[in-house]
Amino acid sequence: MNQDKTAPPIQVVRLHKYFGELEVLRGIDFVVDNGEVVCIVGPSGSGKSTLLRCVNLLEEPTSGQVLVEGIDMTDSETDIDEVRSRIGMVFQQFNLFPHLTVLRNLTIAQRKVLGRSEEEADDVANRVLDRVGLSDKTNEFPIRLSGGQQQRVAIARSLCMNPDMMLFDEPTSALDPELVGEVLDVMRGLAEEGMTMMVVTHEMGFARQVGDRVAFIDGGVIVEDGPPDDVLLRPQHERTKKFLEAVLQQ
Amino acid sequence: MKRATKQKLRRWALYTLLIVIAVAVGLLADWPTIQKAFFDPEIAADMFPEVLTTAAKNTIVYTAMAFALGLVLALFLALMKRSSVRPYRWIATTYIELFRGLPALVTLSLVAFGLPIALGVRIPGGTLGKGTIGLGIVAAAYMAETIRAGIEAVPRGQMEAARSLGMSRGSAMQSIVLPQSFRNIIPPLTNEMVILIKDTSLYFVLGTTIISKELTKFGNDFMSATFNGTPLVVIALVYLAITLPLTRFVAQLEKRAARAR
Repeated sequence: MNQDKTAPPIQVVRLHKYFGELEVLRGIDFVVDNGEVVCIVGPSGSGKSTLLRCVNLLEEPTSGQVLVEGIDMTDSETDIDEVRSRIGMVFQQFNLFPHLTVLRNLTIAQRKVLGRSEEEADDVANRVLDRVGLSDKTNEFPIRLSGGQQQRVAIARSLCMNPDMMLFDEPTSALDPELVGEVLDVMRGLAEEGMTMMVVTHEMGFARQVGDRVAFIDGGVIVEDGPPDDVLLRPQHERTKKFLEAVLQQ
Repeated sequence: MKRATKQKLRRWALYTLLIVIAVAVGLLADWPTIQKAFFDPEIAADMFPEVLTTAAKNTIVYTAMAFALGLVLALFLALMKRSSVRPYRWIATTYIELFRGLPALVTLSLVAFGLPIALGVRIPGGTLGKGTIGLGIVAAAYMAETIRAGIEAVPRGQMEAARSLGMSRGSAMQSIVLPQSFRNIIPPLTNEMVILIKDTSLYFVLGTTIISKELTKFGNDFMSATFNGTPLVVIALVYLAITLPLTRFVAQLEKRAARAR
């Protein structure tokens, strides 16, 4: 694989995505640099989740390019599974495997994709679980955990693959308000350690404090993209202002 | 009249009717004859141990084999029905519609007699071989739709989570989606097995030897030999001894699933 560590982790070029007749992404150009935390905000239906899902090809771009560490994801020659194993993904609905214990949730891909031995995989899983503060839940089934705990397990599951970058698709939107903090804390820890992160979120506080950049998407285009304080406190565009007003009123 | 009194009266009337019918049947029926025709202990005793060691054993083996083959075929059919390649979907749909539409007896005859005549191939394994293939083909048509529904009931996020960890489609299907769907479809698959147990009675068309008779054929032959209905009662009880635990098992699973929800 012609993996290029000098290339930016994520580079999106003239990306268009249609769902049938509906054009959801209308020409997106976007780069995430090494160690950067980019938060993507915007109204629902703006295409922000679709953009995120195009990065690891859960959605197939209609046209344009998605480059991950210099590898063209849309090229049919690309080994998508191999590249995906280096991109962590966290979903709004957690998507833990309900038929497996927490430990097996964390080891199954290590074993099937990375070919690690059971011992090694268990070892990695236990270390990562400790890090997200859930080492006492190793043998529980996901359904027995709170939403916040489930989402932390989901983050841990991705971390076990030693990803080069992480994608977060509204990771706290399905959580009760009092459980949001514990998940954001784990994400903040990752950011401090220099993980490259692309985060679709409604948590403006998190975007301001943790994000290196904030991109505002509306109607399938990036309206504004820059340092958090610029975009969130001194927005230049009318659409951004309106969105932020609506959000802050809540 | 008050509503409660009315209800009480109605229930009384129903009980009385039941008792009248029971007494009438009890008095009118010719009990000694019935007992001789259906509950002759000597004839019943004559059926043992073969009714268990041969007939019941064969019924169970036939069912297990047809079920196993059906399950494997059904899994392929279900995956074909979900394929992105259209001809695969056509083939699966045609298969399912065809073999659900035909009587199992016709399919069995086709396999046992049609194929050898048409293609010159003889299916090995005698009654077991022909029956397994014939009934397995039929069972697959029914189970394919069940399995497909089970796969589709697993949320899409499960496949997406597995894929985003780098697992291949096949690997994700095998270790994430199918295990979850099978838990949901154990009850309908067990019901299908109960149907198969009864369908093995059709194996008489395949021609059977003494050692390859299943329960129904065994009972029928015994009845012809003795001019007595007792063998049918005996095999009926054996069938129930096999099927009742299975249907109770399904009921238990469904109760547990309802509680978990």
